[in-house]
Amino acid sequence: MRLLLKGGRIIDPSQNMDATMDLLIEKGTVSRIATTIPERKGEKTAVIDLTGMILTPGLIDMHTHLREPGHEYKETVQTGSEAAVAGGFTSIACMANTEPINDNRSVTEFILRQAQAAGMARVYPVAAVSKGEQGKFLTEFADLKDAGAVALSDDGNPVMDSRLMRNALEYASSLGIPIISHCEDTNLSAGGQMNEGYTSTELGLQGIPNTAEHIMIARDIALAEFSNVSVHIAHVSTAESVRIIREAKKRGVMVTAETAPHYFTLTDEALKEFSTNYKMYPPLRKNEDVEAIKEGLKDGTIDAIASDHAPHSSIEKDVEFEYAANGIIGLETSLSASLILVKENVLSLSQLIEKMSTNPSGILKIPGGTLKAGSNADITVIDLQKKWIVKADTFRSKSRNTPFEGRKFRGRAVLTIVGGNVKYSILSLPGRKI
Amino acid sequence: MTKKKVVMDAEGIDRSLTRIAYEILEENKGIRDLVVIGIREGGVCLAERIAKKISNIEKTDVPLGILDITLYRDDVLSTAKKPKLGKTDIPFSLDNKKVVLVDDVIFTGRTIRAAMDALMDFGRPTLIQLAVLIDRGHRELPIRPNFVGNSLPSSLWEEVSVHLAEIEGIDEVVIENI
Amino acid sequence: MKFERKDILGLKDYSRDEINFILDTAESLKEISTRKIKKVPTLRGKTVISLFYEPSTRTRTSFEIAAKRLSADAVNITASASSVVKGETLIDTARNLESMNPDIIIMRHSAAGAPHILARLLKHQSIINAGDGAHEHPTQSLLDMMTIREKRGKIDGLRVALIGDIAHSRVARSNIYGLTIMGAEVALCGPAMMMPREIDKMGVTVHNRMEEAIRDADIIMMLRIQLERQKNNMFPSVREYAKLYCLTPDRVKMAKKNVLVMHPGPINRGVEIDPQIADGPYSVILEQVTNGVALRMALLYLLAGGK
Repeated sequence: MRLLLKGGRIIDPSQNMDATMDLLIEKGTVSRIATTIPERKGEKTAVIDLTGMILTPGLIDMHTHLREPGHEYKETVQTGSEAAVAGGFTSIACMANTEPINDNRSVTEFILRQAQAAGMARVYPVAAVSKGEQGKFLTEFADLKDAGAVALSDDGNPVMDSRLMRNALEYASSLGIPIISHCEDTNLSAGGQMNEGYTSTELGLQGIPNTAEHIMIARDIALAEFSNVSVHIAHVSTAESVRIIREAKKRGVMVTAETAPHYFTLTDEALKEFSTNYKMYPPLRKNEDVEAIKEGLKDGTIDAIASDHAPHSSIEKDVEFEYAANGIIGLETSLSASLILVKENVLSLSQLIEKMSTNPSGILKIPGGTLKAGSNADITVIDLQKKWIVKADTFRSKSRNTPFEGRKFRGRAVLTIVGGNVKYSILSLPGRKI
Repeated sequence: MTKKKVVMDAEGIDRSLTRIAYEILEENKGIRDLVVIGIREGGVCLAERIAKKISNIEKTDVPLGILDITLYRDDVLSTAKKPKLGKTDIPFSLDNKKVVLVDDVIFTGRTIRAAMDALMDFGRPTLIQLAVLIDRGHRELPIRPNFVGNSLPSSLWEEVSVHLAEIEGIDEVVIENI
Repeated sequence: MKFERKDILGLKDYSRDEINFILDTAESLKEISTRKIKKVPTLRGKTVISLFYEPSTRTRTSFEIAAKRLSADAVNITASASSVVKGETLIDTARNLESMNPDIIIMRHSAAGAPHILARLLKHQSIINAGDGAHEHPTQSLLDMMTIREKRGKIDGLRVALIGDIAHSRVARSNIYGLTIMGAEVALCGPAMMMPREIDKMGVTVHNRMEEAIRDADIIMMLRIQLERQKNNMFPSVREYAKLYCLTPDRVKMAKKNVLVMHPGPINRGVEIDPQIADGPYSVILEQVTNGVALRMALLYLLAGGK
């Protein structure tokens, strides 16, 4: 079966391509891109007219929490990967803070089996750096990699022990598996509820200082630089963090970094009504930080945009602010929120796709991020004009904890193809068959 | 359309208050145990004037109190906006006193009902009498004033207002169509 | 002037007229507590629930007396809240209370914003914040302002020194909002660890030395220091805290001659305030308590009925 995508504007940063072309999918891979590909008679070809649409390598969200195993009432691999394709993501990486923690082969394999059964987006497990994310003993990196883990991270429970972090970085480097660091000095952030600043002072909520983040970024960069290994910094949120990473990159340190859409669209002032849907770690920062994050995206200091999709149910969220869990969902809003960067001329469309597809694929060393002939036919089709209003009740995710409820967005994924198969579409499909 | 008619002027008001002062003294056989209490807002100045007239006649001061009845009104919680509370000032016990309650206009009688309830919280008076400048009728409760300046049968569409020099700068009673 | 709020959650967005209106109402109600029969029938048939998730004697008693002097039925609930010991959720508690049709719920909670959850959820009940975390304690600030206005005849233009643990104090925040709205000049002083970030943006001055803050002050408000905070290195010792921040007779001399000394209570004698000052002629600490009842009667009166 062949699928012919006609007339779309193909943006593929991996080939420096931005042109209106036809794209032919055969046997689950991209077979050809050309100005016009004729519909050959005699062969079964589904044709989809994508005139006016943007066609890009499938988006990759390198930072999500799928909650399975252990917290299936918040999200499962099934619902999370359905939410992914609805948001335009063909591949997602999921963090290890499940229950039990993904710190051994059996959990990694379980997640992969569930993903296989779900058959939606490709799911790449990220395993824990330390056993039980306790920060004491390293997990079996090689075995985990062998089982299918694509990276290692104690996301949510940062590695405070610098010696352990050094060992992890060096060992992972020798095995060719990336480390993703959630940077937080937990002594500085202890008890903190939100960004420390004027708003926290007004609300009487204990603040989390910027320093809790960038002290650890500086540490991880120092460790990576000393050992000449690479490190990936998760969810960068402060101006100072951007500056430290920028300078490290200039010196040639092998550091990459990601941020999340809420760090360039929202500030801590959103917390004024004590809504727990604005509570996450790192916390929403000040306007200066938002501007610095945009600057970091623009100049390439920040390589990737990831949602940090963190589903929580009403049990964790419909409580007093202080008792509410950190985290917000993002898979189904990430692209639309990120398109704001294009509208604001922070990034070109091609640069945005690079940060949401090509770069994540490179950092995690996973397939995707390109539409070169022979690559997986993972494709996202975006309608830049499509207006929609966020209604969490209609989301495929099991959870409703979005900070964007009621927000009007322009532009979203309208068709998501994984391995040549349509996994999500709000186009009238399948067009016409010959 | 509003039509204003002055039904009592300064002289009229003063003559009525003088008569009321004498009637109070006559009725109570002097000033012994007598206290005068004005109901906010309209009764306060009238009570002061009556007390002063009594004092002038008897050459002794008569105790004067001020009562705000808002908290005792039967409609206090049914209106959307709370009326502004005035201060109550009754710096003496009412036990075994003869209380003369003073208000400007008696209408439905509900204000007086509230005032009597309030007075009971300040002690057990021997008796309560009521003095008003204007009785405009339309009683909704079985209450009758003891001393009346002027009976003025009015229609429900009319508003009777007492203006006093202390507040409005002029003494007069007017009827308006509303 | 109309008072048209459903709830009283914090003073941040109040106007000067609104605060004066509340204080006027409280002043009128103060006399009731001096009568032989300390009760008026105004709130007959109204139910007032106080839902306290934190221990409190003074505030709860003050509200209860206020409710009873207005003839409301007052019910006290002492709940325990903890993120560790999971009991009924706040929202479930709120819905249960709602089902019993109370008119006013007075709430104290250790988590900032907790009364706001109730206020959003309950459409037919008025919520009064009796202190939420380190956020606001509007009724305390209003009774403080009532006391100041009563003693000084005005608030506008007065210099108020607020001394102690500003960071963890809801009394401090409500008073900073209230006093600045009313036109007072507010000077803060406390240990650096207890001075929250960017507080100067709230229109106050911040001083390192207590002497600077209280110089020429018309009012000195001392805040209660929670001695447990020593464990988190919020101050090194009670001895050192008292040395730097205790209101002593020598320090009081630096303020205006007719200075008023205030404290929201309960006081730690010898820690934040010298017993000589607490019991001395400048102290209006007990007047604050008396005014607390009148002020809370005013709020119950203004919120009840007619919605």
